[in-house]
This record gives sequence, structure tokens and C-alpha cells, in this order.
Amino acid sequence: MLSRTVASLETASRPETLQRIVIEPVSRVEGHGKVTLLMDEHHHVKQARLHIAEFRGFETFIQGRPYQEVPVLVQRLCGICPVSHHLAAAKAIDALVGARKLTPTAEKLRRLLHLGQTLQSHALHFFHLASPDLLFGFDSDVAKRNIVGVIEAHPAVALQGVNLRKYGQEVIRILSGKRVHGILAIPGGVNKALSREDGDSLLKQIDQIVLWSQGAVKIARDLYLGNLERNAAFGSFRSNFVSLIAPDGSFELYDGGLRARDAAGHSVFDHLDCDRYLRHIHEEVKSWSYMKFPFIVALGSDEGWYRVGPLARINNADLMPTPLAEEERRTFTAMGNGEPVHATMAYHWARMIEMLYAAEAIRELLGDPDSYGSDLVTRGERAFEGVGVVEAPRGTLIHHYVVDETDAVVKANLIVATTNNNTAMNTAVREVAAHDLDGQELTEGLLNHIEVAIRAYDPCLSCATHALGAMALEVSLEDANGRLVHRLTRGDDGRVLRGAGY
Amino acid sequence: MTKATVATCSLAGCFGCHMSLLDIDERLLDLLELVEFDRSPINDIKHISKPVDVGLIEGGVCNAENVHVLHEFRKMCKVLVAVGECANTGGIPSMRNGITLKRCLDESFIRGQGTESAQIPDDPELPLLLNRVRPLHHIVKVDYFLPGCPPSADAFWRFLTELLAGRDPSLPRELIRFD
Ligand code: SF4
Repeated sequence: MLSRTVASLETASRPETLQRIVIEPVSRVEGHGKVTLLMDEHHHVKQARLHIAEFRGFETFIQGRPYQEVPVLVQRLCGICPVSHHLAAAKAIDALVGARKLTPTAEKLRRLLHLGQTLQSHALHFFHLASPDLLFGFDSDVAKRNIVGVIEAHPAVALQGVNLRKYGQEVIRILSGKRVHGILAIPGGVNKALSREDGDSLLKQIDQIVLWSQGAVKIARDLYLGNLERNAAFGSFRSNFVSLIAPDGSFELYDGGLRARDAAGHSVFDHLDCDRYLRHIHEEVKSWSYMKFPFIVALGSDEGWYRVGPLARINNADLMPTPLAEEERRTFTAMGNGEPVHATMAYHWARMIEMLYAAEAIRELLGDPDSYGSDLVTRGERAFEGVGVVEAPRGTLIHHYVVDETDAVVKANLIVATTNNNTAMNTAVREVAAHDLDGQELTEGLLNHIEVAIRAYDPCLSCATHALGAMALEVSLEDANGRLVHRLTRGDDGRVLRGAGY
Repeated sequence: MTKATVATCSLAGCFGCHMSLLDIDERLLDLLELVEFDRSPINDIKHISKPVDVGLIEGGVCNAENVHVLHEFRKMCKVLVAVGECANTGGIPSMRNGITLKRCLDESFIRGQGTESAQIPDDPELPLLLNRVRPLHHIVKVDYFLPGCPPSADAFWRFLTELLAGRDPSLPRELIRFD
């Protein structure tokens, strides 16, 4: 799927002979990452890797805990998308208590919670983290290239971002009691009804939120189309795409089956029952990262890796369920000329279309009488194994638990969104290394290009380190004999420090 | 008036504490009148550039890299604050302390369901994991502890504004919680 040169950057034959350049920590992403580049003496990139260097061990220490605790424990994987972990775990636990179908109120309140989080997380990513690169340029002044710089240069835009995030966080607070790590889902349902009063207070602002979201789509679209050639090529490559999909093929974040399509848009599997994910998705371990590398079993690890998240979801959906977002989806997909859109930088645009969808869908749910019902919990036949899958802001999130007769967890498997994008992010890093950095004297601005590509995937390195640690992002460069030539670290003020190899 | 300088980082945390700091919403603009951010995940300053007034750290200490960053913060920050349960006690990640590291790694990388090329990652680029997750004060002196998982936005706001005004930043009871 990739050109040979780029693919060959994964592993250098004699790394000890090369110059090593490190970007650590990768910043303006959520979590801990590091990139290493190995370069030869002529500045040719020989190896580029994104490492996840932290490990926390959730899958192990969750064993022996009663399943009722799980949705509350696992949301501490990530403070940016705690709701996704809370809900993926809750869906798996629903299966344990036999609640295959929730009451309409419970399902709608959970969906509302999830939409609040999609809105706040997408706003955070676009405005607070990524917009400085997009508005000021990839190589712009490091002192200004952050949200404070955006507040100074574009106060109105920055304030909209702050307020969009605030609204999403308020939806979460009202439903779950707290903005970060609140609790709504319990086995088989939810723990609290939504009062009319709270619903009305949210409804009062929603039209404004939809308007601002439309504005945000426009900003993202204009930024993309304003420099179309560059954006289409930057860190770009072809891949498969995986996401949840509704039974009618429309866009879905909370439930449904799994859809995988190849780079040309042909089906690999469709409406796959989430309980059977393990037959179709395996993970490969590599010695240099605590984050595993998932792939579609039928295609094998070399060809079967895929992308998830906004780009995958918009590419995979036949339709957006809300009118404004659907209009934007059509404009977006037209760029692909009948194939999926593959550009890394198109993630930002797709993400803003999703934010608009979230705002519209919140408005619908707040107007739905079911959202104010009082029938909150169901139960059914007890089971001992459960799988819960949701679309977290960053992509498909899989939780899988096995429990014993005493309700204690005996086995847990988590595949988080950022892990699903692991090969894709490494590929983007290598693409940028090969095309933007190769043969160049490295500067801070050039190294930021690598981070810009990673940032497009909005990686949540917090989530990704659930296994036992944190992610390091580092780029290593080696010379032709595999000798480390120099070492570059991005130091104080983002200056690049040079040194001999390690 | 010169602004106070603040550095922040996340060690073995979930970024929830940083999110809660951002939950001061539009008061962020007021905060930026008072302080200038040095190293923080929200900008591209990768190491503290000069001595700063206040360092906020979320997350406990789980690997050698965390120890290193923590020492850097202690050296460079006049006032060092342990933010949230993870920094205060090790938090949920410290639930692995009762289990050997080998078992944790085996479970994820050797015995994980659907795992191929099973092996424990051991590249020199990966920092050494500690056998226990520790709170900050096991390693350096900590000046203030903000409890909560995460501390609320109001707790952050109250603490920072009082501290920067030179007053006692102790929190009133209603802003203290231990969830
Ligand atoms: S204290 Fe809570 S919110 Fe803060 S880092 Fe730890 S788990 Fe996350």
C-alpha cells in the first residue's frame, strides 16, 4: 500500500551508526509520546518511529474487581474521553446483566452524554490544540504557536472554541454530576433522570452552539481548501477504514455493527456483530512501543492495518442522520471522486463535521420526550462475557470483559481508538520524515511538521498507555552504516539541541 | 506588573486534571492576564526554560522518565503542587502495586487475547518502568496538595488566584473532595 522508500523507514538495519533525533514529549496532544528519527550524515532519514513509552496495566489490575466498579475505574484511563470508556465498559456490563436492550430513556440519556463528550473533545482538539498550526503555519514562531497565541490573534475564534467545549462539558456535568469522571451509566441503564429544568437550560443555548459549529466547519473547510494541494499531500497515504455503522448504513457513534472498507472503498466486512470483533481484529506487538498494532485478520498485519476516527467515520457513512451535517458530508466526500478521502489533514475537516452533527443531535434529543422519562433500568439473563464498542472521539473503542460467578473480572481486553490508529500515525510520521525532512538541516519548525501530522489523528496517548505506561514520541535518524551520527532533542523553548548519538 | 510563570505536566495521569483546569472556561482569559505558561502540554515548550513560580503536576510516578521530569520541576519551580489523587496518592494506576510488573506486562503483551508476535517491549527508547507507582512526595518535597479526581475547576481557580495574590491558598471545605 505504501511506496517502498517510506515503508523501509520503519526499521533501520544498523541503528547504532546513525544520528538520533528525539521529539519528546510530543505536545498539544493528549498524553505522553515521543518520536525518534535516525538520520545519516547527509541528513537522509533512515528510520522514523512514534513510541508509546508509558504503561499502566489496567487490563491486569482490573482483575478480581467486581464488575459494577469497572465503568468507574476505567474512565480514569483518560480525562479527555472518560465518557467513552465509561460507556464502552457499561455496554459490556449490560451484556453481563442481560440488558441487551435498554429502556428508551436510558439509551437516549447515554447517547446525549456521549454527544456532549464528542462536542467538547472535538472543540478542544480543533481550537485549543490544532488550530495554532493551521492558523499560523507549521513553522510559525514556537512562542505564539499555542492557544494563548490564538487568543491574542483571533480572540473571537478562540472564545467560540472555549464556549463550545464548555457547552459539551455542561451536558456531561448535568447528566453525570461532574465534568470529568462523573457517573451516569449503571449495569442495565442509568442512575438519574434528566429534569425538564436542566433540559431547558441546555436547550436555551443549543441554537447558538449549532451556529458556532457551522462556523467551525467553515473554518476547517476553508483552511483545507485554501491550500488544497499541500493539505492533500501532507503526511498522506492510502489505508483501510474501520468504524461503527447504523443498521441502515448511516453514521453512528454509540451502537451498531462494525464496517471495514479498503482503500478503494470496497467492503472488507460490514455490520459485523461487535461480540465477534476478536475473530476479525488482532494486535501485533513490536519491541519499541507499549502500544500494540491492530490489523484486520483476513488481510494480515502488512496490509490489514486501518484508520479510525472522524475521517474513517465520515468516509464509511452512507448518510449523516442530521440535515446540516449531511450537507457538509456531501461536500466533503465529493473530494474523494468515488473513493474514500485519504488525506491526513482532512481529519480536521471531518472532525468539525462531526461536531456539527453532535450539536444537531443534542438539539434533537433535548426535544425528545423520551429523554425525560423515568424508566431507567432493565435486566435480563445473566451472562459471563461482554463486549462493548463505541465510537470515541478519536475512533473505535473496544472493551471486553469476562467475569466469574462471584462477579469478579477474570479477563479484560481493551483496544482504544489511538491504538487502532497506531500504524497510521507511524506511517504519517514516516511520510513527513521522507518528504519534508529528508536531506534537510533540521529546525524546530521542521520537527513540528511531524507533530502536525500526529496531531491530525488527535491521539489520546493517555488512553493508549492503558496497558501499563505512557507513549513516547521520538524520531531517530541513522547513517548509511547504521551508525548514530548526532542526536537532536527539542529543548528549552522548543530549540533543537544537537549532540552525538546516544 | 510582570506575570507569574506557571509550568504544568502530566506524569502517570489521565489528563483529567488538566481538563479540569481548562474547565475554568472563559476565566482562562483572566488567568492569562495573571500568568504566563512555561512548559505545558498545551504549548510546544518541551522543557522548563527558566525558574518558574508555580509548577502543577498531575499523575503519579510510574517510570524513570517520570522521576526525571519530577526532579526537573522541583529544581525549577518555587512552589510545587501535587494536583489530583494520582499525584497525591498514586491514584488508580497504583492499583498495579499489588501485582508484579512481570505479571502486568505478561497479561498485556504475552497473554492478551488476539495478540500476535507476543513479546514484552524492551527497546532502549522505552523508559524503565518502576515496580510501584508512587505519589510525588515519595520522591521530592511537595509544597501543596490539591485533592480530588480531578480537583474541580473552582478549586483550581481559587487556589491559583489566592496563591498568586500572596494569600494562604487553603481551600474552603466545599471545594475539597476526595473522589
Ligand atoms: S487524579 Fe483523576 S483526573 Fe487527575 S490524573 Fe488522576 S485519574 Fe486523572
